[in-house]
Amino acid sequence: MWMIELPPFVLFFLGALILLFTRGMLRSAIMIAIPIVSVMHLVMVPEGVHLQFTFIEYQLTPYRVDKLSIMFGYVFHIAALIGIIYSLHLRDTMQQVSAMLYAGSALGAVFAGDLLTLFVFWELLAFTSVFLIWARRTQRSYDAGMRYLIIQVLSGVILLVGTLFYAHENNTLAFGYIGLDSVAGWLILIAFGIKCAFPIAHNWLTDAYPEATVTGTVFLSAFTTKVAVYALARAYPGAEILIYIGAAMTCFPIFFAVIENDLRRVLAYSLINQVGFMVVGIGIGTALAINGAVSHAFNDVIFKGLLFMSMGAVLQMTGRINGSDLGGLYKTMPKTTILCIVGAASISAFPLFSGFVSKSMVMSAALEEGYDWIWLMLLFASAGVFHHAGIKIPYFAFFAHDSGLKANDPPNNMLLAMTISAALCIAIGIYPQALYSLLPYDTGYNPYDATHVLAQTQLLCFSALAFVWLNLKGLYPPELRSTNLDLDWIYRRAIPNALQQMFSAIWQADRALWDSLKLRLNIYLSYFSGKNNRLSILLSRNYPSGSMAMWVAVVLATYLFLSFIE
Amino acid sequence: MKNDKKYLFDNPNNVKRLLHILYACCAILVVLDFVIHRHTLHDWEKLWAFYPIYGFVGCVVLVVIATWMRTFLMRSEDYYDNPTHTDVDKDSLNNITLNDDILNKKGEHHVDD
Repeated sequence: MWMIELPPFVLFFLGALILLFTRGMLRSAIMIAIPIVSVMHLVMVPEGVHLQFTFIEYQLTPYRVDKLSIMFGYVFHIAALIGIIYSLHLRDTMQQVSAMLYAGSALGAVFAGDLLTLFVFWELLAFTSVFLIWARRTQRSYDAGMRYLIIQVLSGVILLVGTLFYAHENNTLAFGYIGLDSVAGWLILIAFGIKCAFPIAHNWLTDAYPEATVTGTVFLSAFTTKVAVYALARAYPGAEILIYIGAAMTCFPIFFAVIENDLRRVLAYSLINQVGFMVVGIGIGTALAINGAVSHAFNDVIFKGLLFMSMGAVLQMTGRINGSDLGGLYKTMPKTTILCIVGAASISAFPLFSGFVSKSMVMSAALEEGYDWIWLMLLFASAGVFHHAGIKIPYFAFFAHDSGLKANDPPNNMLLAMTISAALCIAIGIYPQALYSLLPYDTGYNPYDATHVLAQTQLLCFSALAFVWLNLKGLYPPELRSTNLDLDWIYRRAIPNALQQMFSAIWQADRALWDSLKLRLNIYLSYFSGKNNRLSILLSRNYPSGSMAMWVAVVLATYLFLSFIE
Repeated sequence: MKNDKKYLFDNPNNVKRLLHILYACCAILVVLDFVIHRHTLHDWEKLWAFYPIYGFVGCVVLVVIATWMRTFLMRSEDYYDNPTHTDVDKDSLNNITLNDDILNKKGEHHVDD
């Protein structure tokens, strides 16, 4: 076939270029063909460094394949293919081209073997994906996209600064284990952390993803955060601080998810929760934990994509996405309902669904390494994720009270994309060995022993029981049309307000200062002119300054005349 | 045009049946706790019905705290769209959301009706 050293992103970028010049069926065919051809190529590529050159005395490695990167490479191809099928009905060149470039950038980032290449794709991820938000073409989405872009670019800039420090300290740009014993390490961790939606830096995600287009959110949910997870797994395995950050990520978003009305925003919160499990796994850093983190990232791309697709289908067909407006859609959208429930079961980690086979690895690793309290937090988060993503999403969209909305199942291409995802969720759940064989380490882990299955089923069934009980008692918070404040309030409201007040104070002080200065000046002027008037009353009165100028001219002319006749 | 077709959960008995199945599953799972020998890694896991109680209590605590969070986090839907709302505490309170009526409004008994 063709050269082995052709990195996958090249094909996607070329494809995006071709899309600009094609229309209709041809464009659809090309869009589907690109990920398929690319993954066939990837399967044949052996591990190792396939492209390397020297750039100002540093070795750059734009294409490196190993166990860790190829795992993400595969799942990004799957996500790209599913997303493309899901968006086949679109007639929007901007979205299709930017989605293709976005997928390519994600692939470029995971196969990057040096920090400079990583930085380039890191920024490309931001610039290509923001069009998927702007493509909604509303003021809200424009504003949200702008905030998203600023934060993403900030992350890239910090990464660049960290990279420069790293290159200075270690005299190499190779992207491998970095660790936290230098300034560069911390800077790069912050850059990764912003993209990974660490607490405090998480609001770009819950702010922007629900404002993106129906199809755009599906792409967005797959790539950016998972690239960050990959980067963390590469650079900081075993960094203990990640355990605590990750545990916080699993727990705090579920509270927001329970009271959030926009169902896609609920999913955005639960995305942070799922990424939290991966971050904990990376922080623990044992073979089992890393395996768990990586395989959970793999599964999450698929089931979170499925959930976003099903909610996208609801938004597409009804024009609504708020829990308070929806309900009873199982009657008219039965296929979407079933597919959504498969996604919900997967994210809740029911046995025989994909979430179970990967999440349990992280939990077991936490327990084995003696992080008891972390394990309890993860357990709480597992119950919580079932509560808000597993029950709340399908319940308020498809069941609950009948909203009276009449909709149909979405177009066939959307259904097909969801079906592929659902099939993968179940297939991985039933036959996890296929997934495990791709993992970086061989741990011989078996999720299906009686202890795990029983514990998880008990946890989930009693969470469901709690939901039913709360609902029957009327204690469950009703879905209300509302905005819930989160930390984005700081930069969306507090800082603008503070700035506004500060500037108006500055303007006022400035004006007062000038006014008093002018007043003082006027007083002095009139004082001097008065004095002058009194002094020179004999000389200056009644003689206009013009005559003065004329007399000076006359005197000068006389001088000139005299100088000639000498 | 009125849609007269009866759907699965339009019949309250079907909802009841579903709930009974759930109750039965829960009961069986607790009983299985005594039958199946677990390989526990931790002392807490040996407690009687640890996972069921943890799951149930965890979810109730989650919902109670989340509901309480509404008292200070909830604003009107167009909160960010309207930059003239400057005062955080007063504007939204006056607007629509946070009066006692709505906060104390109970969820409807969806499952039962």
